[in-house]
Amino acid sequence: MDTNMKILVVDDFSTMRRIIKNLLRDLGFTNIQEADDGNSALPMLQSGDFDFLITDWNMPGMTGLDLLKAVRADQRLAGLPVLMVTAEAKKDQIVEAAKAGVNGYIVKPFTAVTLKEKIDRIFERMQAAAQG
Amino acid sequence: MTETDNSKNNSMSLDDARALVVALEQGDDDGARALVHRLAEACEDDLFQEIGKLTRDLHEALNQFQLDSSIVSLAQEDIPDARERLSYVIAMTEQAAHRTLTAVEQSVPLAQQLREHATDLAGRWRRFRSRDMAVEEFRELVPQIEEFLTLATGHAEQLSAELSEVLMAQDFQDITGQIIRRVIELVQEVETQLVRLLETAGRYRKVEPQERPARLVNGDTGAYGPSVPGVDAGEVVSGQDEVDDLLSSLGF
Repeated sequence: MDTNMKILVVDDFSTMRRIIKNLLRDLGFTNIQEADDGNSALPMLQSGDFDFLITDWNMPGMTGLDLLKAVRADQRLAGLPVLMVTAEAKKDQIVEAAKAGVNGYIVKPFTAVTLKEKIDRIFERMQAAAQG
Repeated sequence: MTETDNSKNNSMSLDDARALVVALEQGDDDGARALVHRLAEACEDDLFQEIGKLTRDLHEALNQFQLDSSIVSLAQEDIPDARERLSYVIAMTEQAAHRTLTAVEQSVPLAQQLREHATDLAGRWRRFRSRDMAVEEFRELVPQIEEFLTLATGHAEQLSAELSEVLMAQDFQDITGQIIRRVIELVQEVETQLVRLLETAGRYRKVEPQERPARLVNGDTGAYGPSVPGVDAGEVVSGQDEVDDLLSSLGF
């Protein structure tokens, strides 16, 4: 996996953004940017060649689910891998996110191991899909 | 008692009036007086009943007024007060999290440096022990070991300082715990008052039970917020394993 890839972390709590950023740095990723909700994230995604999006669900302004839908609806962003890291733990929500095209779903509270596992899994599958 | 009953038993009828006229015409004073007395008594009964009902109503109204004024103070003072207390809890926990994160972010590079230097020196030290080292290189190694020992002491000191910072950052728990406990007490009080108000109101008018809105769901975001063990059940996954199972059943 390319540790130079550009990652956007979206969460309304700055502490959670910091935690995710630190965990990503431990995994070797250093090219990380932050946004505090979908409204600020979407223009960043549209104008800056991001390789990976990690987003919360429940945020004021534009939610993570709406951001995911907007990404999938945007021709240039539609293929962007999206990992949702959220406290939303209802089964129908997870199904809804899956239907909207999420690539991975992590419920808070989570561990560093889980984050690594899900990221690895997403890129393995993308690679397999690209080769197959 | 219906109105017809009333007119029969309690108020003056035409028959009563005629009987009274007959008694007076016949000079039957005792009979006339008894008749008037009976009629007056019937009227008094009605009056007393009415006064009794008014007294009860007044009593209830006064009680309810007392309830109302305590609800007013709950709404005007206690609830905004609780809101501020809870905002303070958010601020304190956020501050503690940042304090901890800063300490961790400052510690990680120190630990990294220690590991890198120690690994490097350990490799060279092994070569020296197996007599696989030139004299010049050994001469270089000695001051480097001394340098590392100084660095290790300094880093260890700094690391313990960062760790006590992490320790001290946990002092929010005690204070926020106390604040939240007070807010829980307030919520309990509001609940009691509301139940009493409903009971009082229920005696005066029948209130049709209304369907409760489904859940504490945020209409704008479609989000439920974090699930709480023992409170949220059924529809909620219990952890990451269940999420993974659910997603793999959907072909992920």
